[in-house]
Amino acid sequence: MAKKAAAKVVDGKTDEAIIGFLKSLLKEGVVEAILAPKSLPSQDGVVQALIRDPEMLTGMCALSPTMPVQSARVISNLSVKNLGKKVGAVLKACEIRAAVELAKFLQIKLDNVCFIGIDCPGTFEVADYAKMVQEGKGGGALTKELLKGMEKGELSPPAGYAFRTACQMCEYPVPQADLHLKLFGYKADQEVGIEVGDRLEKEIEGKGILSFSESEPALRSEVVNKVIAERIKKRDALFQEFRGIVKDLRAFLDRFSTCVRCHNCMVACPICYCKECVFKTAVFEHDGDQFLRWADRKGEIRMPTDTLIFHLIRMSHMVTSCIGCGLCDSACPSRLPVATLFRSVGDKIQKMFNYFPGKDIKEVPPVATFKEDELKIESGAL
Amino acid sequence: MAEFEPRIVAFLCHWCTYTGADLAGTTRQQYPPNIRVIHLMCSGAVDSIYVLKALIDGADGVLIGGCHPGDCHYQTGNFKARRRVAILKGILQQMGYTDERIWLKWISASEGKLFADTVTKMVDELKKMGPNPMKQLWNA
Repeated sequence: MAKKAAAKVVDGKTDEAIIGFLKSLLKEGVVEAILAPKSLPSQDGVVQALIRDPEMLTGMCALSPTMPVQSARVISNLSVKNLGKKVGAVLKACEIRAAVELAKFLQIKLDNVCFIGIDCPGTFEVADYAKMVQEGKGGGALTKELLKGMEKGELSPPAGYAFRTACQMCEYPVPQADLHLKLFGYKADQEVGIEVGDRLEKEIEGKGILSFSESEPALRSEVVNKVIAERIKKRDALFQEFRGIVKDLRAFLDRFSTCVRCHNCMVACPICYCKECVFKTAVFEHDGDQFLRWADRKGEIRMPTDTLIFHLIRMSHMVTSCIGCGLCDSACPSRLPVATLFRSVGDKIQKMFNYFPGKDIKEVPPVATFKEDELKIESGAL
Repeated sequence: MAEFEPRIVAFLCHWCTYTGADLAGTTRQQYPPNIRVIHLMCSGAVDSIYVLKALIDGADGVLIGGCHPGDCHYQTGNFKARRRVAILKGILQQMGYTDERIWLKWISASEGKLFADTVTKMVDELKKMGPNPMKQLWNA
């Protein structure tokens, strides 16, 4: 059973309370390094930093307002080969869920990685956030606003800006982690909730870093449910709108006509982990005469020829594990609703196998297993 | 105008359906010649790319033939094929494309008649459905 505690906030400085707690983890050797979002020297962006020196935690931005990379990718780089020391990674729920999926695909070794999850109000596009900072709407002022919103579950972005679409429809604002920093329902200028999972519980109690109590703000679960309900409403509306547009393949190609085949959605996707992607192999290299034959049959063909097959194949590879982080959306230069596409298709396929990507490391991905008696899809009953 | 003749690309497993197709021939079963067979060792070797490439590049239907559940020569290939086909069909449905042009069928080495009947029926159904719209999308 997870144990609950709280960190007191002094002078309304929530970030410092979190930093103080993380510093104690480093100093007491619970973890030997911390991966955490930190403001860039220019202050107009937040990036992940791997921190060994406890003093360098100063300036950490626990409530990172952007997601320049999917940190599951970072954890993969970090842990897949010889990570001998324990690292605590401060992550959002979608990053933890992606990391769990990658661990199932043997791209992450979790032996020496501890997830430090933090309640997430949603994130902004990197470029938007930089602009917000220039306009004086970013940084500490933004954090304060977001924290205030998280207490009541009423989140609103600064005027003229919006949360990333994927965040607006994310039903997982609360992470499942070894260590969970709780903000929803808390008066963040007074205290931050901390929940410690089985893995670290004994050590943290033994070293006297926290004293556990079972209290939690009465409103927390109500606030969380309210946020989730709003996100689900938004999600369903976006799905419906999307299905209204993509009635058939022709409509899909019309909507995706501005796809420039940069494959950025694939590059940004944490689930697309193949070292050599099939789209970079010779599979789609054909004889010139072959292209001519296709052009002959259809009258003409768009070159290069791979829009439809690219999206369909990519989906058949990643859609069962799509955790909806929306990095594909952020990476798309044509601003296509790729995240909505992958999520709406993923929703159907994941339901088909009753699979919740990123929920439980022990759940086997649908493509890696089967049941003998399932899926009556044989065609052509005679 | 000549009647529409659908073109079917069939991925048949070596141990069951391909041998079943052989039996259909040696026992002189009649079936329409609309099928182009690609011989694989196992239905579990069918990649979604094969199916989609066939449909986009001009096939009207794709038939995937494997051993009956429990009879796979490699123990579990057909179960894996079934999941893969189910996922692919699900994706296509969500994109507003009928999944009825993709047939998954279990036909054993002794079922020559079933193979012939399946092809006959599939050709009938595809004729009713008309040409595959995917092959007309020049901008696909």
